Amino acid sequence: MLKYILKRLGVAFMVALTVSVITFSLIYVSGDPAVALAGEAASNDEIEHIRKSYGYDRPIPVQYMDWLGRALQGDLGRSHYLKEDISDVILTRLPNTLILAGCAIAFALILSIPLGVAAAIRPNSLIDRFALTLAVVGQALPSFWFALIMMFFLGIQLRWLPISRVETWQGFIMPSIALGYYVTPGVMRLTRAGMLEVLQSDYIRTAKAKGLRPMVVLFKHALRNAIIPVVSLAAVQFGFMLGGSIVIESIFAINGLGFLAWETIQRGDLPMMQAIVLVLSLFYIVITFLADMLNAFLDPRIRVT
Amino acid sequence: MSDLILEVRDLVVDIPVATGMLHPVQSISFDVTRGETLCIVGESGCGKSLTSLAVMDLLPGTASRTASVLKLDDEDLQSAGERRMTDIRGNKMAMIFQEPMTSLNPAYTIGNQLEEALLRHKQVSGAEARERAIYLLEKVGITAAASRLTQYPHQLSGGLRQRVMIAMALMCGPDLIIADEPTTALDVTIQAQILHLLADLQKEFNMGMILITHDLGVVARVADRVAVMYAGQIVETGTAKQVFENPTHPYTQGLLECIPIPGKTERGAPLGSIPGIVPSLVGDLPGCHFADRCPHVMDACRSGQVDLRPSFEDGHVFRCLLTPDQSAANLKKGAA
Ligand SMILES: Nc1ncnc2c1ncn2[C@@H]1O[C@H](COP(=O)(O)OP(=O)(O)O)[C@@H](O)[C@H]1O
Ligand SMILES: [Mg+2]
Repeated sequence: MLKYILKRLGVAFMVALTVSVITFSLIYVSGDPAVALAGEAASNDEIEHIRKSYGYDRPIPVQYMDWLGRALQGDLGRSHYLKEDISDVILTRLPNTLILAGCAIAFALILSIPLGVAAAIRPNSLIDRFALTLAVVGQALPSFWFALIMMFFLGIQLRWLPISRVETWQGFIMPSIALGYYVTPGVMRLTRAGMLEVLQSDYIRTAKAKGLRPMVVLFKHALRNAIIPVVSLAAVQFGFMLGGSIVIESIFAINGLGFLAWETIQRGDLPMMQAIVLVLSLFYIVITFLADMLNAFLDPRIRVT
Repeated sequence: MSDLILEVRDLVVDIPVATGMLHPVQSISFDVTRGETLCIVGESGCGKSLTSLAVMDLLPGTASRTASVLKLDDEDLQSAGERRMTDIRGNKMAMIFQEPMTSLNPAYTIGNQLEEALLRHKQVSGAEARERAIYLLEKVGITAAASRLTQYPHQLSGGLRQRVMIAMALMCGPDLIIADEPTTALDVTIQAQILHLLADLQKEFNMGMILITHDLGVVARVADRVAVMYAGQIVETGTAKQVFENPTHPYTQGLLECIPIPGKTERGAPLGSIPGIVPSLVGDLPGCHFADRCPHVMDACRSGQVDLRPSFEDGHVFRCLLTPDQSAANLKKGAA
């Protein structure tokens, strides 16, 4: 197990390093950063001055090490546009995104795993068809459209839920459902397919031959094995939600990282963009690592050799 | 308690398939008494596994089962509900399957899977279950039994896994144990070991056993009774001695061709190969199922129903239009 953890940690570290290099070089993708900062009307002297004061005149590896060193200490620089410390901005926006993505993935899993299991127990039954319909609709509906429909009915017509500006937990309900619903079909179908396969397996027949109760057969023996691929998918989707909630955050005017990213792109605020990409990537790496750990816990073939 | 453990009369299994109704098990009857081993032999696909699964009430999804009598320890299994069946399975009757590599759950330790069988059926503590697991692992010839409990299936070889499966089947001290080709998937060198282990344990614990195997050498050695199956029917059954010494069904004679002297068959000898293939069991099949492959086939064999008839001795029956004497004469001619 220790060997496996170390290996995964090593991989996570290498990915993080690669991400940091790519993120750092974002500054240079749109040309000379000093020119970009100085603005179009700037004279050569002004550009040179900016280049010097921001340290863009130093060799690139030195700049990278400097940037990385600061980033590791939590200093992501200043936003030229907002005139604020980037870390502060991100720290105020991050919780909203984490809550939104967390609720969304929880909603998706709570809906899709039981449905997938139920559908697998009785293939072609009413519940299976219902699940399939839900999956097809979920995959066909764009999430922004679904969000708007929900807003219209639950927010405007019935006035049950607030439609924007989250201040209370109720404000998170619709955005979480809108974001999570999109993930439901994939997770549900993978659960269903996994359960169908596992329920046909020889060790399930063994469990039944032992006279174990149906619930024990289903949950202890079948689901434990069928859920393993679902963990990986859910992790990928969770990472996706963290960064991909731009649309939902915009629609519901949630001050999260996605919304911030969208604003930042419009402003051309490169250091801020850089920081957002870095933070989201790191979260992604952490989530992947945790999913690997969870899978190792679930599947002893990974952890015990 | 009566000595009769399992009583099966007119067991039928039907499976609806795309082309009609499959009749893989057609009115099979047999008994198993305490301390007795019944060996079921026959080619692949003749319904041996479905017969044992029908007794366990573990038939695959669409398959259905009927019988005029199906009793375990005098209890009617047909009227026992699914709930009662879960109390019986693993407790009063246990099954060992053909595929040791895939029959254990990869996610749980050997100990967990052994102990849960006992904990499910008996009022015992975790420590007692553990003790019993160790005891049985030692019984099935696994060394360092205690340390095996924390191992996972993927850490064990196929032979060891099958030993674990045997120990698992014995956890609750069942009256009946069904072993469906328990060694087919194993290395030839350990097949006989495992089969003899099973036979020894069956005697030691005084259980009834149904052993399905291709290893005729082992059948000759361990069987008390033999049932020869062909295309969903028992075509000959009797004590091992009766069937081996006086095989009266042409199919049995074909199977035994490679065993000139009963009891002295080479270990692991395969079933004799008889030209032709098993007929399709979809829809009704009139006459003798073996007619197309039988060297002594007559016109009468192809119509009506061929019933079991007594052979030379009591308890020895076969499904053929020939008399026992004609059959015996045929066998002599063939050997000459
Ligand atoms: N689930 C199933 N669906 C359809 N046919 C089946 C199924 N299981 C077994 N059969 C068929 O039933 C027949 C008997 O199978 P089985 O009892 O497994 O034979 P054996 O164990 O003697 O090799 C075979 O022809 C097989 O193809
Ligand atoms: Mg079989």
